[in-house]
Amino acid sequence: MHGPKAGIHGWGAYIPIYRLPLSEIAKVWGWSPEQYESLDVVEKAVASSDEDSVTMAYEAASNAIKRAGIDPKKIGAIFFGTESKPYAVKPSATIIGEALGITPYTMASDMEFACRAGSEGLRSLIGMVDSGLVEFGLAIGSDTAQANPGDVLEFTAASGAAAFVIGPSENASAIVEDSVTFVTDTPDFWRRATQPYPLHGEGFTGEPAYFYHIENAVRALLEKTGLKPGDFDYAIFHQPNGKFPVKVGKGLGFTIDQMKDGLVTPMIGNTYNASALMGLAKVLDKARPGEKILLAPFGSGAGSDAYYIRVTDSIEERKALAPSVGDYLDRKVLIDYGMYSKARSIMHVIK
Amino acid sequence: MAMDLSISRFWRKKVSVYRLYGSRCKACGKVHYPPKKACPYCGSRDLELIELPKRGKLLSYTTIYAVPEGARPKSPVYFGLIDLGITKVVAELTDVADKNSLKEGIEVEAVLRRTREDRDSGLIYYLLKFRPVMVHR
Repeated sequence: MHGPKAGIHGWGAYIPIYRLPLSEIAKVWGWSPEQYESLDVVEKAVASSDEDSVTMAYEAASNAIKRAGIDPKKIGAIFFGTESKPYAVKPSATIIGEALGITPYTMASDMEFACRAGSEGLRSLIGMVDSGLVEFGLAIGSDTAQANPGDVLEFTAASGAAAFVIGPSENASAIVEDSVTFVTDTPDFWRRATQPYPLHGEGFTGEPAYFYHIENAVRALLEKTGLKPGDFDYAIFHQPNGKFPVKVGKGLGFTIDQMKDGLVTPMIGNTYNASALMGLAKVLDKARPGEKILLAPFGSGAGSDAYYIRVTDSIEERKALAPSVGDYLDRKVLIDYGMYSKARSIMHVIK
Repeated sequence: MAMDLSISRFWRKKVSVYRLYGSRCKACGKVHYPPKKACPYCGSRDLELIELPKRGKLLSYTTIYAVPEGARPKSPVYFGLIDLGITKVVAELTDVADKNSLKEGIEVEAVLRRTREDRDSGLIYYLLKFRPVMVHR
């Protein structure tokens, strides 16, 4: 049985200009190179002091709307996935909607599911578009990931955003042909409302959380669609570091060749809700009509989605309408730990 | 809860600070930012709101070290005079890693950023700032 279908009309990404080399973190906290080199990440993207998950979402969504070529007023739902909301109470989606000219006749929600909240938005929109409840919807994943200074998590917790305009299959750049979600209650990573930094349940992070959920979601999708790993041109997985996505992909039968174009974490760190979704944006920047993409975001707590996406002829005319992920990767200014501390409010300043 | 800043003042201005809406005088055609109720050039009160271009050229800038309350973590703050073609605007500049890059005539584009936040209540004020344009291949 096939699920509802919808199209990706526009895609867009955003990466802040600043990059912190991991060697800077190691210098301050006394880590030796072998303690972080195994993460396969060189630098992490750092949002500036005037940026947050809302401002990054604005730019990624603005790029996605430019590529979709639609009047923003046609967007009937904004789903904003993040685990770094500027407000605990007060929707971020309304700020983004107002600034992009989408309001007032739209749904607007902030989604929560650790790193796969944005993907939950994406999958919800497929059903909402296919049912006719909305004509177009905007799914966004954006995070200024937090980490306790000195924690190993600090090496990879990065900032970035990715956004997609979802609409009817007709005239779309790519069609989401099918999808599966797999979730369980797993204590691998959490943050209570008043805690500034998240914590991980050490033994739960890898096998029982990341690998178990992605493997089950992807296997269920392959079974449902009758496709094999070799049928896909690209495979994109959630990327908490540079190592995990390659390991999970190989274990499922995918090759490095299928995975390399969707990897962004090795260059900019883990952008949490934007991690796998930015990988998709990067692949769409390159993909040719007819190519098949497997996408598997993951969020702690825990769950994974697996999507089968097929690229259409309409993709080519839309690629040049906004900056590519590569453009943002190339635009960078290296900073030291002091500038990073200022940018991410690790230094306490009386406002 | 005491507020350092005026919630209603920012809320009233949101269409101009989020989307760069200015006013155009229907009598003499002059464009103003922020929008005005009466044309400062000809005195007409027949004006319309228009969305201004989000790209322009930097004419000049200044650096502010004594920044307003609620913006100190962002110090220093850069303000630019930007030529949008149909009018000129004064706006905050952002992503200034090296102020030597702020040369006269460079192209700048509008992006949404935080400007200040209320120190006591925590309310965040967003607006469009300008940054050197993305190199787009």
